[in-house]
Order: sequence, then C-alpha cells, then structure tokens
Amino acid sequence: MRICVTAAGNSLDAPVEPRFGRCPYFIFVDSETMAFEAVPNMAMGAMGGAGIQAAQLIASRGARVLITGNVGPNAFQALAAAGVRIVVGAYGTVREVVERYKRGELRETGAPTVGGHYGMGAGMGRGWRRRYPPPPPY
Amino acid sequence: MIVAVASGKGGTGKTTVAVNLALSIENVQFLDCDVEEPNAHLLLHPKVSRREPVYIPVPVVNEQLCDYCGKCSEFCEYNAIFVSSNKILIFPELCHSCGGCAIVCPKKAISEEQHKIGTLNFGSSGDVELVYGELEVGEPLAVPVIKAVKTQMKPDGNVVLDSPPGTSCPVIETVKGSDYCVLVTEPTPFGLHDLKITVEVLENMGIPFGVVANRAGIGDKKVYEYCREKDIPVLLEIPYQRDIAEFYSRGVPFSLEIPEWKEKFRTLFERIKESVGK
Repeated sequence: MRICVTAAGNSLDAPVEPRFGRCPYFIFVDSETMAFEAVPNMAMGAMGGAGIQAAQLIASRGARVLITGNVGPNAFQALAAAGVRIVVGAYGTVREVVERYKRGELRETGAPTVGGHYGMGAGMGRGWRRRYPPPPPY
Repeated sequence: MIVAVASGKGGTGKTTVAVNLALSIENVQFLDCDVEEPNAHLLLHPKVSRREPVYIPVPVVNEQLCDYCGKCSEFCEYNAIFVSSNKILIFPELCHSCGGCAIVCPKKAISEEQHKIGTLNFGSSGDVELVYGELEVGEPLAVPVIKAVKTQMKPDGNVVLDSPPGTSCPVIETVKGSDYCVLVTEPTPFGLHDLKITVEVLENMGIPFGVVANRAGIGDKKVYEYCREKDIPVLLEIPYQRDIAEFYSRGVPFSLEIPEWKEKFRTLFERIKESVGK
C-alpha cells in the first residue's frame, strides 16, 4: 500500500512535518517494501488553497493513507472525497511513523484538526485557531 | 473632482478626514471603499434607503458531463478546484472568477453561477450622498465589491473615496482613477514607514497626492522632514486634541461642531482643486 507522509526533508529519516499543505516534502512510501519517493511540495508557498493543491497531488499519485500533523478543513474535504485515509498527530521520522502505522498504533481522524490558514505561520489574528479543538493527544 | 483618502498605516484617521472633507464641500458623493470594515456610516449616520447584493461568477460542474480529467484543477491558479478519480469539488471562496476552468474543460461540463460576496448600501446624510460596500463574512475577495461601489460613482460633482488601509489590491482598486489622493498619516515612525510605501505606490500610479498629519504633536518630526525632502505638500495638520477625540468617539464629525474646521477642510479642498487644475 502506498502511504504519503509529510516531511521536513527528502528521506525516510527526515522528521515528520506537522503542517500538511505547506510541508517541504511529501514522502510516498510503499508499506511492504519501504521503497520511497520524495516529492517537493510545490504548494508550499501558495497564496491560498495550499491544502487543496497538496491533496490533489496525493490523490493523483494514488496514496491510500496520509500521515501528517494537522489537516485543515479544505484539505480534509478534498482528501475525504478522494478516499484517502488521514492520520494526524504524527511525530518522529518518516520511517518510524510508517512502521507504527503498520503495527496499527496510529489512529485515523474523521475531522479536520485545525482551521484554515493554520500552516501560514504568524499573523493570523483572525481567531481561526479557536474554531477547532487542538489535535487529539497521540 | 474625485479625491481618494488613503493611508499606509491603519487607524491614522482616513475616515475622519474623508467624512469631514465631504461635509465641508458641496455637491458631494461619499463612497466608502473599505468594504472589509466600512465605518463612514458610523460618523455620517445615513438613512439607508436601499441595498443591493454583489455577486461574482463561480464555476458549477455538471457531473453528468464531467469525466474527472482534472484539466480545470490543473489550470486553476488559486486551487479552487479539486478533482479525484470520481469526484470534483469547488471551493468558491478561493475562486477569482477568471472563467478559465470553463474554457479549458474539454467536456463543456463547467458553467458559471452567481455567488453573493457582498452588499451595497445606499443612503444619504444631509447633503452627502453615501454608498458603502460590505463584504460578506468569510469571503476573502474585497476587490469585486470595491469595483461595485465605484460603479455607483456620479459622473459630475465631487466624489470622496474612503480607502482601506495598506497598499494591496483593495487600495489600488480604490485610488485608481482618482484626480488626487490625500494621504493621512500620523507623525510617528510607524506612520512614516507606511507613508513611504504608499507614496511609492502613488508615484507609480501617477496620482498626485498630499499629506494630512493627524494627531499632530505626538511622535517626532520625521514625517515633516520626509515630506520636505520629497517636496510633498502637507495640506493640513489635525492636532492631538481631546475635544476632537471626544467628538469622534461619540460618532460626531468634528467639523460640524467646531466651525473653523469646516473652513479648514474647505481650504484644503480648494488647494487640491487648484493643484490638479479642476
């Protein structure tokens, strides 16, 4: 099965990046062989809709599972429409989280974990964070 | 004559200046273009006689025709369309209404529908005619609503445009086509910093401008030094004064209560008129 993990670097030993739409790399891992492909995230600097663009990439590359830190409402809706299962709250290296997922230790989410624009850094000031509960403890 | 009132920094007194200016001249229409948070009506207390919705076209997909090829999503610069192998999602709040998706769709599955993003409010207050736009909560695109406000502009007579703060698209859209731009600033380092950016924008757009220094007396002299160096006229100084602030906080334009200010704003207007030759 093809699993996509959001990562800060381009290898299996890179740490998981908690932001989905604005992560530096997507690592597509074959869960049986642990063969992987690192794809730089073109949507990282998008003005808006980064989560949707990232979801489009993941769906088009046929990943069945996404492992990340948080997903926003638009990305969640898009991933759900593409039938991608979503695991949030992940931390550690890409290799570690894929192993943990295979052992059934990671929980899938049925809802977005952050508000829109969460991964854009400081300067939100719009009360977005308050609309959604913090990510579930992991 | 069309006079836009703008500022780089927010909260310098654009609306205060724009409203008092409008109340001091004749035959005037006031357009509040700060559609994200219009506030001129809080000072003008107009009777709103009618409202009109503002729409933009957004795509709608006929799923009977769509074969999920994804060309629309690929084309969309704003990531407003998501296509999976058997579903298509439209995110109207990201759409900029370019219509490109409908053009690139090989199956002609995309048409456009009207999506409400704001409201125009029409009213009057004394001799001042007021139009103010209001963006719907959650809608990010201010520019189409500002455009809609500006289509209400009367061809003759005087028009005062109250601009949003900053120097981004909504400000450009507001000041575009003005005969003159009044830049309201405060004599502080923040005021100066943002004033400089706005001056650059106006120089680029070729719109003549001058400065009004509000809350004069606070801060330092750097704004004045800058204006002198750049040869920018300082048209008016409004002092940092308790009675002016009190009228403001009660929603009363201070030129109505302190008649000498009406005269000062009229003089300001005459000076602008002279400098643009109208």
